[in-house]
Amino acid sequence: MLKQLLASAALVACATAASAEVKVGLITTLSGGGAGLGIDTRDGFMLAIDEAGRDDLEVVVEDDQQKPDVAVQIADRMIQSDKVDLLTGIVWSNLAMAVVPSATAQGLFYLSTNAAPAQLAGRGCNANYFSVSYQNDNLHEAAGAYATSADFKNTFILAPNYPAGKDSLNGFKRFYEGELAGEIYTKLGQTDYAAEIAQIRASGADSVFFFLPGGMGISFLKQYADSGVDLPLVGPAFSFDQNILQAVGDAALGVKNTSSWNKDLENESNAHFVEAYLAKYDRLPSLYAAQGYDTALLLLSALEKAEITDKDAFRAALKEADFASVRGAFEFSPSHHPIQDIYVREVIKEGDILTNKIVGTAIEDRGHAYEDECKM
Amino acid sequence: MTPILIAEQVLNGLQSGVMLFLMAAGLTLIFGVMGLINLAHGSLYMVGAFAAAATAAVTGSFVLALVAALAAAAAAGALVERLVIRRLYDRDHLDQVLATFALILIFSEGTRWIFGSFPLYLDIPEALSGPVTLPGGIQYPLYRLFIIGMGLVVAALLFWLIARTRLGIRIRAGENDREMIAALGVDIARLYTLVFALGAALAGLAGALVGAIQSVQVGMGEPVLILAFVVIVIGGIGSIEGALVGAILVGLTDTLGGIFLPQIFGLFMEPAAATQTGAALASMAIYVLMAAVLAWKPTGLFGAKS
Amino acid sequence: MSRERILGAVVLLALGLVPLAAHVMGEPFTITLATRAAILALAAVGLNIALGIGGLVSLGHATFFGIGGYAMGILASHVQNYEPMFEWPFLFEGSTSMPFIWLVAVLVSALAALLIGLLALRTSGVYFIMITLAFGQMFYFFSISWSAYGGEDGLSIYVRNGFPGLNTLDPIQFFGLCYAVLCLVLLGAHLLARSPFGLALGAARQSPDRVQAVGLDPKRLRLVGFVISGAITGLAGALFADLNRFVSPTMFSWQTSGEIMVFIILGGVGRLFGPVVGAAVFVMLEHFLGDMSEFWHIWLGLLLLAVVLFARGGLVGLIAGREKAHD
Repeated sequence: MLKQLLASAALVACATAASAEVKVGLITTLSGGGAGLGIDTRDGFMLAIDEAGRDDLEVVVEDDQQKPDVAVQIADRMIQSDKVDLLTGIVWSNLAMAVVPSATAQGLFYLSTNAAPAQLAGRGCNANYFSVSYQNDNLHEAAGAYATSADFKNTFILAPNYPAGKDSLNGFKRFYEGELAGEIYTKLGQTDYAAEIAQIRASGADSVFFFLPGGMGISFLKQYADSGVDLPLVGPAFSFDQNILQAVGDAALGVKNTSSWNKDLENESNAHFVEAYLAKYDRLPSLYAAQGYDTALLLLSALEKAEITDKDAFRAALKEADFASVRGAFEFSPSHHPIQDIYVREVIKEGDILTNKIVGTAIEDRGHAYEDECKM
Repeated sequence: MTPILIAEQVLNGLQSGVMLFLMAAGLTLIFGVMGLINLAHGSLYMVGAFAAAATAAVTGSFVLALVAALAAAAAAGALVERLVIRRLYDRDHLDQVLATFALILIFSEGTRWIFGSFPLYLDIPEALSGPVTLPGGIQYPLYRLFIIGMGLVVAALLFWLIARTRLGIRIRAGENDREMIAALGVDIARLYTLVFALGAALAGLAGALVGAIQSVQVGMGEPVLILAFVVIVIGGIGSIEGALVGAILVGLTDTLGGIFLPQIFGLFMEPAAATQTGAALASMAIYVLMAAVLAWKPTGLFGAKS
Repeated sequence: MSRERILGAVVLLALGLVPLAAHVMGEPFTITLATRAAILALAAVGLNIALGIGGLVSLGHATFFGIGGYAMGILASHVQNYEPMFEWPFLFEGSTSMPFIWLVAVLVSALAALLIGLLALRTSGVYFIMITLAFGQMFYFFSISWSAYGGEDGLSIYVRNGFPGLNTLDPIQFFGLCYAVLCLVLLGAHLLARSPFGLALGAARQSPDRVQAVGLDPKRLRLVGFVISGAITGLAGALFADLNRFVSPTMFSWQTSGEIMVFIILGGVGRLFGPVVGAAVFVMLEHFLGDMSEFWHIWLGLLLLAVVLFARGGLVGLIAGREKAHD
C-alpha cells in the first residue's frame, strides 16, 4: 500500500514537472578551469528558486564548457527541444555575444547573471535582454573614480589584450583624472608578470590599476607581493572574489577593489542570502552567486505579476524590478541595465578566511556609458 | 629604458627559460630514448603543482611540498607508462598523439574531480620571500633567483647523469640503437619506465616551483606544454643541450618581445594602438622565432640529421 | 561490395535519414546535432586526406577550420554592419551568399596551407606535428588580439547566410545543404584516393625513395595533398560558423585540432567513411555523456584510450575487419 502511494506520488510529481508552465534554461560553465564561477552562479540562482518552491517552474541546467560553440549548441537545444521561455546564466562575454543576439531575436527573454558587454548595452540593446549584474565597464569605472578620490596622480594600468581588457582600461580612464604612468596589455592567459612588474617599478607610478580575471589575477598578486613594489593596488572585484581569494593568500590583504555587492552589505535580503547560502553549500557566497540569486529573485517577482507567455506584460513586470535585491536599491535604466551604487572593498582576514569588507562607495547610482546609443 | 630595467628583464627571461628547460628536458629525453611524443607532459606538471599545494596545506613545509611534487609526478608518470604508454612505443606518432591527448582529458577532469573547481593555494616559503638588491642596484625577488639556481643545478645534474652514470650510458645507447641495448641484456622495460618517471618528475618539479608564484589550477599545464614543444623543436628533438639553449632563447624572446615590441611601435604610432599591436605581435614572437630557426635548420639547432 | 563499403553506406544513409525523421516528428534539435556531425565529418574528411593518404600528422588543422570560419564571419559582418570591406579598387561590401563565402574560405585556407606546408614539409615526423601545432597557436593568439573582428569575443552573425533557392534558416534545409556538400566531398575524396595523384601520394608515404626513383617529387606530392586537405577543412569551418552563426578564436585552438584528429581515429584512419563514423559517434557521445555527468571528459578520455589501444583501425575497422588497417 505504502509502495503504491509512493509510486503514485512520484507519478504526480513527474506529471507536474512535465507540465511545468515556465521553463528556464540556465547555461553556465560547470567544467574546465572556469567552472568555479559557473558553479557559484548556478548555486545562487537555484537557492532562490528552491526557496520559492514553485512547482510550475522548471530550470534546465547545462554546462557550456566555456566554449562559445557549445553554448550556441545548448541554446539551440533549449530553444528547439526543451522549449524554454527564458535563458540565463552565462558567465563570459564572448559566450554571451554568441548566444544572446540570436536568442532575443527569436523572441526569448535573456537575463544576464554576469556578462554584459558594451555591444548589448548600446547599439545592440534589445527589449528582451536584461542585465541584472551590471554593465561590464561599471566596476572599472568605479575603480577610476576611487583612484581619483584617493588622490592618485600617476597610475600604472594593465589588462589582458582582448576586448574585455580594452573595455576595462577605457572604463577606468573614463573616471580617472590623474596622469597615466604606463598602460600595458598583457597576453591572455599569461601566468608570469615579472616583466610587467619590473616596468611598474621603473615607471615612477604612485599606484596600480589592474584587471586580470581568474588565474591571471592570482599569479599577478602573488608575484606583485613578492616583488617588493609596494604601491597601492586597485582593481575590479573579479580578482578578489570569495572563491579565488584563498588561492591568492595574504598577498591580497589590504588591496582595494570595486564591487556592486559584498556579503556585509546591510539589508535584510542580503543577510538572509548569505546565511542561507552558507547553510546550504557550506561556503561563503561570491559576487557571481549573489548575481545569480538576484537574477532568480527578479524572475520570480515578474512571474508573480504576469504570465511569461504574455511577452509585453512580462517584460513590463521585469522592468519594474520589484524584488528585494541583495544589493539594496536596484532599478533598471531604459536600456535594461542596473542603476546601482558601486562600492570600494578592502581585503581583510576573518579568522583564517580571507574576505572583503566595504570601506566606501565609489560611484552612486551608476548606469552606463552607452545608454544614448541604445534605441529601444 | 634604463640598463637596470633591461638587466632585470633579462633575468626574468632567464628564469622563464630555466623553468621551460625542466619541462622540455623531460619531453626531449622521452622522445630521444623511446621515440614517444607525449602530449600529457603538461598534465604531469599540473600533478606536481597540485601535489605540492596539497602537501603544503597539510604540513606547511615547502621542502616537503617539493618532495611530494617530485614523488607524485614520478609515480603518476611510472603508472601511466606501465598502463598506457608502454603499448605505444611501436605505434606510429598518430596513435601516440591520440592516446596522450586522451590522457590529458582524464588527468584534467580527474584532478578537478579530486580537488574541486577552484584554484589551490601554494605560497613562497618565508625564507625565500621578498626582494634582494643585486649589484648595480637591481631589486629582484629572491624566489626567482632561487628558481634560476634550482633550474641550473638540475640541468647540471642531468648533464652529469647522462654523461657519467650507468643509467646515462644506457640512455645514450638507447637513443642510438634500441635493439642493440636489448641485445646487451639491459632490461629495456625498466629503463623506459625509469626514463619516463624521470621526465615526469622534472615536469612535476617545474609545476611545484612555478605553482608558488602562479595559480595552481586545472589546465595550467597546456600553455607550458606548447611552449616546451616550441623549445624542443628549436633545440632539436632528443637533444638535452638543444633543450637548454632553446628554452633560454624562448624565455628571452617571450619576455623581451613583450616589453620592447610595444615600445618600438610606440616610436611611430599612437600609444594605445602601439601597445595593442605590439602585444599582439609579441604573443606570436616565439612562433616566428621557431619558423625562422626551422627555415634555417629543419631539424633544430642541435638536432641529428634525419 | 566490401563490408567496409556497406557499413559506410549505412552510416551515411542513417545520417541523412535521422534528421528527416526528426523533421517529421518535430524535433529540430536532432537536426542541429546531425548538421553538426555532418560538418565536423567534413572537416575530418579534409584532414584524412593529409593524414590517411599522405601520412602527414597535422596537429594544426584548426588553423584552416578557423580561417574558413573567419572568412564567413568577416564577409558577413561587413554586410551586417553596413561597413564596406574596401572601396578601392572597387566597392566591396562583403557578402552573405554562401557559395561566394565558401569560395573565399577554400581559397584563403588553401593559400594558408600552401605557406604553412612550404615550411612544415621541410621536416617530418614529430617535427611536423609540432610545427603544425605551433602555427595553429600563432593564428589563435593573433585572432585573440585582432580587435577589428571581435578579438576573443568573436563575431556574431544574426542571420544565417543565404544559398540560392534555399531557406537556410530552416534547420532541415540547411542540413540538406551540408549533407550534400559532405557527400560530394566524400565522392571527391574517393576519386582522389584512386587517382594517379592519390596513389602517388600514398606511395610517397610508404616508400618515398621509390616514388623519387620513378621521377616524382614526394615533397611536392605532400604539399599538394596538404593544400587540398586544408582547403576542405576550411570549407567545413565556413559551414560550422554558419551553423552557429558565430565565429571565435576557439575555432583556432589546439583542442579543436585534437578533436578533428579524434574523429578520424575513432572512425578509422585512411578509411573513406572513418571520419563520418567518428564525427557522428563523437557528437552523440558529447550529447549523451554530457547529460550524464559533469565529468564526462574522463569517460571520453577512457573511451579514446580504449579505441587507440585495442581497436586499431577505429570503429570502422572493428566492424568491417582490418582489410585496410593503417600501417
